Amino acid sequence: MMLLGGMFKKIRAIEFGVLNPDMIRKMSVTAIITADTYDEDGMPIRSGLMDRRLGTIEPGVRCETCGNPVGLCPGHFGHIELARPVIHVEFVKVIHQLLRATCRVCGRLLIPESELERYRERMERYRKRWKALSLKLAEVILKKALDVSECPHCHARQYKVKLEKPTTFYEEREEGPVRLLPTEIRERLERIPDEDLRLIGIDPEKARPEWFVLTVLPVPPVTVRPSITLESGVRSEDDLTHKLVDIIRINERLRENIEAGAPQPIIEDLWELLQYHITTYFDNEVPGIPPARHRSGRPLRTLAQRLKGKEGRFRGSLSGKRVDFSARTVISPDPNLSINEVGVPVDIAKILTVPERVTEWNLEEMKALVINGPFVYPGANYVIRPDGRRIDLRFPKDRTAIAEALRPGYIVERHLRDGDIVLFNRQPSLHRMSMMAHKVRVLPYKTFRLNLLVCPPYNADFDGDEMNLHVPQSEEARAEARILMLVQEQILSPRYGGPIMGALHDYITAAYLLTSKNVLLDREKASQILIAGGYRGDLPKPAIIKPKELWTGKQVFSAFLFPGLDYTSRASICLKCSECLKERCPVDAYVVVRNGQLLAGVIDKASIGAERTESLLHKIVKVYGTDKARIFMDSCFKALLYLLDRHGFTMGLDSLDLPEEALEQIKSVFSKAEKRVRELLDAYHSGKLESQPGKTLEETLELRLIEVLADARDEAGRIASKYLGLDNEAVIMTQTGARGNIVNVTQMSACLGQQHLRGERIHRGYSQRPLSHFKPNDLGIRARGFVFSSFKRGLTPTEFFFHAMTGREGLVDTAVRTSQSGYMQRRLINALQDVHVEYDETVRNAENVIVQFRYGEDGVDPAKSYHGRPVIIDYIINEVVRRRHEQGKG
Amino acid sequence: MPKKLNIFDHVLVPKHILLSKEEAKKVLRELHVNPWDLPWMRASDPAARALGAKPGDLIKIIRKSPTAGEAVIYRYVVPG
Repeated sequence: MMLLGGMFKKIRAIEFGVLNPDMIRKMSVTAIITADTYDEDGMPIRSGLMDRRLGTIEPGVRCETCGNPVGLCPGHFGHIELARPVIHVEFVKVIHQLLRATCRVCGRLLIPESELERYRERMERYRKRWKALSLKLAEVILKKALDVSECPHCHARQYKVKLEKPTTFYEEREEGPVRLLPTEIRERLERIPDEDLRLIGIDPEKARPEWFVLTVLPVPPVTVRPSITLESGVRSEDDLTHKLVDIIRINERLRENIEAGAPQPIIEDLWELLQYHITTYFDNEVPGIPPARHRSGRPLRTLAQRLKGKEGRFRGSLSGKRVDFSARTVISPDPNLSINEVGVPVDIAKILTVPERVTEWNLEEMKALVINGPFVYPGANYVIRPDGRRIDLRFPKDRTAIAEALRPGYIVERHLRDGDIVLFNRQPSLHRMSMMAHKVRVLPYKTFRLNLLVCPPYNADFDGDEMNLHVPQSEEARAEARILMLVQEQILSPRYGGPIMGALHDYITAAYLLTSKNVLLDREKASQILIAGGYRGDLPKPAIIKPKELWTGKQVFSAFLFPGLDYTSRASICLKCSECLKERCPVDAYVVVRNGQLLAGVIDKASIGAERTESLLHKIVKVYGTDKARIFMDSCFKALLYLLDRHGFTMGLDSLDLPEEALEQIKSVFSKAEKRVRELLDAYHSGKLESQPGKTLEETLELRLIEVLADARDEAGRIASKYLGLDNEAVIMTQTGARGNIVNVTQMSACLGQQHLRGERIHRGYSQRPLSHFKPNDLGIRARGFVFSSFKRGLTPTEFFFHAMTGREGLVDTAVRTSQSGYMQRRLINALQDVHVEYDETVRNAENVIVQFRYGEDGVDPAKSYHGRPVIIDYIINEVVRRRHEQGKG
Repeated sequence: MPKKLNIFDHVLVPKHILLSKEEAKKVLRELHVNPWDLPWMRASDPAARALGAKPGDLIKIIRKSPTAGEAVIYRYVVPG
């Protein structure tokens, strides 16, 4: 475009209309009259479907119409004169409505003139100021005109017009249904006056209804339907060309028959056939008719199929273009990388390139890269000279000559290397954190490596997930990516205004093990942990000096925190006592950080976990910024992993052993529950049970039973966790929030509890009973899917079956849910994609229509506020007070 | 005769203010919009009727907001 003197124009609007027959003839370069494409010599036949005037697809041949060679000739339309008019399938709905809404004799809308006059006035008024309202009004008018039995203008009797899909119309007269031929339909549509059309939302300048019935068919240029020559020399034509051949053949036969004066039924049969071919030419998936097929039996891919669906022009070619400078492979974890980094295999780094301009300062470096060439790692693949010529470094034997010719101003496309900025992405890209900028670390082997802390934003795991990588090619793109998209800039999610990255699984376990009470480390151990996290300062003063210097775990953890940091909250292991003992908490769940020192409490998911708001991690990001937050995450978390490596952490079968005493208690809980169930059943059978309002007696019983059983299960769980305690590995993981929940532990050690199917106890299967092992109408707990056994003890056969039933339901549910929510997301994003916040904080759509007068009504960006609050008041007060205090001292 | 109901006395109905031509112009200038780019309100809307608003008028609404405390919004009155 720059070639045209830098001229450009802005598209303000696009208007869609219907091609009229004159227009089709005018834009056509030739009428197509022969169904043949090439003669024996392989030359295109004149006035055939491959006419040289329709454009050129062979290299070296110039177009006969515009004189341009292959790339420049845009192609030119031809046309086919149809022997009889044919209905355009895509317009049958509109034609049907028009036939019903207008008089079959005079063509006027079936509304009295006085009303029409009123509507015309209103329409004129709306058109000026309320465009959308005028469209609504048009709908109302059309609806009013539909199915009137007498024309208010010429008083002619009107008949119902029936549409037989896809393209046949019948009029239901007194003597029975009469078929309307396309000629008749076209005549009726011609009679509708322009002013009546305007009232029902049709602009007669752009779309006269008679144009919906084709009399002449445009033939697309050959560039739209190129023929391909196979290696064997056999020519193969495009599906569209095949379809056009059919159309021309039938059209010619129809014309000959009409001219020869053939009987009407024969003509109508051929006419019908022409209609079929033209219908399938537009859309080969029209319901009600068999799709046109290729000789091999494959359905033809005609016009509509080229546009529609996932692989169609819109979703496949326009929204889903393939790009260069990208890579995809399996991902695997590497906790030693920074969260900002991504490990890239050498093989990939040798193919992806970054264009680097040669300057006098990097000349020697670039020379070395060029000499290394495309096959030795830190090398280069191409050199671009200032005149725009591209030198491929794969072929020259001696690259030193090229290297010596390098001058400032040359561009070297060098291999990807450490520190380059790349975009990293995992599908489905559901939010903006699905695509973040990383810094490259070139590593051996064949997978992309990423830090585990970035798993939550990508929703990635390592069971075979693959991810994509893109290399920005311009300095602007790289700067933008680094400033806006770098991982550390995305720690806070705009979804809920808290950190989306943070500790998970082992990190949380390790933090708990390090910071819980009574952890004392000698000089060697403490130093080892600090060094693993990259700590370079002095050791703090030991908490215990005699008989041996010892440091607490909290001291070691504090070494990674920043001076001045204050934080108070409750840990995940908090028992939620009615009255909090604060610092004297029996389980050490009250977390206090003063001036960067962890004074009390254990660190677990509530403090450093991912997707936790108002946590210690959140405060670090907010108060110290993303750089410091990244440093904290890289150093402290690495130290935690080292600690866990040395400490060891295993959950085994013995982690679930309950003492005899606990088993006794659980047994008694169940026998109590069973007794209660028997009571309820007795009350039900003797009619003493009172039904709850709005429920039947049976529903009430079910509800009460479920309640009793759920209580029993919970009670069993409470007993189990009481006896297991916080030194048990399974309990540590559930209580700190590292993995699993109490229910999992209960089900393993105590009892599985009631199995549900669609939210109810299991009662379907055999008649009156779920399984043949029970008596009919047994409402007892065993017969309705209560499982007394634990996973550790093992299930009885019937229990196992009940459990399998609920297991299957869960699987089916997730399968259905994911597909449904995925489709919903697609629709939502389509509807909301161009809604944006303007600089004046208003929310507008693509038409500049205001959606919200201030973003969120308060103009606050959740990712840039503290969990929705723009200012952290208590923090600021604390900070001011402390500084005053320090000034007073100094 | 029964007393006419004033809908603005109801707790759930926010404050509506009919803007004069000059005020309306000022609002549109501040927001850099054409009147039809604002959200619409039908002239038959009970609140618009109570204020006697005609198509083409602008109505200012001050309502409670869970995030901002109080939010000011505008409606463009259309026929209907």
